[in-house]
Amino acid sequence: MPIPMEWYLGLGGVIFAVGMFGFLVRRNMFVMLLSIELMLNAVNITMVTFSHYLNDLRGQIFTIFIMTVAAAEAAIGLAIIVTLFRNKATIQADEIKEMNG
Amino acid sequence: MKYAMLIPFLPLAAFLINILFGRFLLKDRAHIVAIAGVFASFVLSVAVFIQVAGGATMNSDLYSWISSGGFRVSVGFLIDPLTAVMLIVVTTVSLLVHIYSIGYMHGDPGYYRFFSYLSLFTFSMLMLVTGNNLLQLYFGWEAVGLCSYFLIGYWYQKQSAADAGKKAFIVNRFGDFGFGLGVILVFLVVGSIQYSDIFASVGSLQGKTFPLFGYEVDLITLIALLLFCGAVGKSAQLPLHVWLPDAMEGPTPVSALIHAATMVTAGVFLVARFNPLFSLSPTAMAVVAITGAATSLFAATIALVQNDIKRIIAYSTCSQLGYMFLACGVGAFGAGIFHLYTHAFFKALLFLGAGSVMHAMAGELDIQKMGGLKKHMPVTYWTFLLASLSIAGIPGLAGFFSKDEILWMAYNGGMIGKIVWVVATIVAGLTAFYSFRIIFLAFHGSFRGTHEQEHHLHESPSVMTVPLAILAVGAVGAGWIGIPQALGGGNWIAHFFEPVLGHPHVHGTHAEEYMVMGISILAAALGIGTASYFYVMSPDMPKRLTERYKQIHTVLWNKYFVDELYDAIIVRPTKWVASTILVGFTDAKIIEGIVNGVPSLIQSFGMKLRKLQTGYLQHYGIVLIFGLFVLISIAFIAGTKTH
Repeated sequence: MPIPMEWYLGLGGVIFAVGMFGFLVRRNMFVMLLSIELMLNAVNITMVTFSHYLNDLRGQIFTIFIMTVAAAEAAIGLAIIVTLFRNKATIQADEIKEMNG
Repeated sequence: MKYAMLIPFLPLAAFLINILFGRFLLKDRAHIVAIAGVFASFVLSVAVFIQVAGGATMNSDLYSWISSGGFRVSVGFLIDPLTAVMLIVVTTVSLLVHIYSIGYMHGDPGYYRFFSYLSLFTFSMLMLVTGNNLLQLYFGWEAVGLCSYFLIGYWYQKQSAADAGKKAFIVNRFGDFGFGLGVILVFLVVGSIQYSDIFASVGSLQGKTFPLFGYEVDLITLIALLLFCGAVGKSAQLPLHVWLPDAMEGPTPVSALIHAATMVTAGVFLVARFNPLFSLSPTAMAVVAITGAATSLFAATIALVQNDIKRIIAYSTCSQLGYMFLACGVGAFGAGIFHLYTHAFFKALLFLGAGSVMHAMAGELDIQKMGGLKKHMPVTYWTFLLASLSIAGIPGLAGFFSKDEILWMAYNGGMIGKIVWVVATIVAGLTAFYSFRIIFLAFHGSFRGTHEQEHHLHESPSVMTVPLAILAVGAVGAGWIGIPQALGGGNWIAHFFEPVLGHPHVHGTHAEEYMVMGISILAAALGIGTASYFYVMSPDMPKRLTERYKQIHTVLWNKYFVDELYDAIIVRPTKWVASTILVGFTDAKIIEGIVNGVPSLIQSFGMKLRKLQTGYLQHYGIVLIFGLFVLISIAFIAGTKTH
């Protein structure tokens, strides 16, 4: 029997919630970046699911784009974090708040 | 006679050249352009006068200025006997004053500026007298006021001169406000401001009334009095006379041209121009006559005790203008304009003579510090003496004929006429007294100034004395065109004016006319005799009189405290309102409150808002997710509603 659509969507929702929760509660910038990746991929799962069930390839094309952007984002994000660590000797988000008003 | 339209524009051209190129290019040659302009105007004016004397008139439009619905105004020119005489007066005196100024203003740093303003003034005054509609008159009226302001405050570094300029301008506002209302009212009831239309319809306005503050006011009287308001301001009549004596702060040629011969007579010109309107309202005529008589007496009494040579002559001008108004007020518009014409010569001469004296005395104005100038400056002395004899009304000179014409007309002018005749005759005596007080104190006796001043005494250069001599010829002979029939003359001027100004019906006999003349000559002789008794024979007499009548002298010396009165009831309350309410409240609280309040409000709001930007990434994340939650909720609710 085919796996029902709700399971895929549920999986996507759970991963998205994990990512969101991780982004909010963790102070380590690496983990925050990982959480963002989780959220993006949760969305990817949802898109592929809809694409399959609606017989519309646009969802999968979007997913390819999102993965590309996510890779670029991860590369830049990691580079920023490395530079930040060189200058500040920390990657704890709550210790870096120079941009407050 | 189209060339008459050129007359005002030649001085305008001179003004433009001087104001544009005077400062760097022409410098001390600025007078060449100015004199060329006014001389050409003078020649054209003489040509116009000759043609008008031959019976020609002109009324034509040059240019359509404003055309809006039924309101049409053109730049147009009306040349008739009244205008022709005014043209002669304005251009002659202006030309002579221009020439005189070459000497008087020599070496002044603002030389080009002075001549520019003189040209601009001449243009404005010529526009005023030649216009064929009220708006052009009003234009010239305000423009001469502006030039007067420029020239009184010509030495703007001097506080008193700058103040006097402002005073002249502001006092004139009061009169001009009434004048402006008069022009509007004329347009409202006539539907046009062309003289020809107005005069054609005055007859139909007779007996009509106009609602004003709940009263029904006679329309013609109202218009006449509103126009007269402007005349009172411009011609320095009571109660707006206060600016004229202060205007003497300006250079003396300016006093001669603007504040004696031309601009201040614009009021008389206005009343004479509107004679068809004025003569229909006995009330307005009475107001004009009484204002004129009161001013002439008032100013003459002040002139008796003043020591500043220019102020005495200024009060004399006030007084003589009063004479012209009282003539108009008794219906003798022609006599008023005739006096305006002779007055221009002898009063300009008195002022230019005073300027010549100041030139020799290094700016000294106090006649008590002069004396014995006769032998140092003979030309000035003799011309000044002729002018004084003329203004005093010595038979044969210009002032005599015009003054006696006025007195004779007043004598024939009914009850009010008789009263103003008595006043005018007294004023004739006072005029002779104060004129000869100057002569005796300044030119006779021995010198009372400092030693340096005495060493410096000299006759003015010929560029100044020649205009004096020419004006002296006018002061002697200008009246010969108006020799009355009683003295065997033809009274040519009265007939010349008759088509425009009419001629009042005279009941008196030649015998009565001789009596009026005799009394005025007697008054003049009495004035001169008293002056010579006071200031030549027993010089301590004025002092003793001053001691005895101390109150009267104090009142006269302080010019009836009019300036102090105005200061208390108008100037100080206005300043109080300005400084306390306008500056202290409106400006500081309302305007500055808005201007400063808006930014400070935005700033304090911003100070609170910036607290939101904490710098913690998680805070931003929470806000982001909360926003997402809100958006999804809205979409969800909206989605369920549509289904």
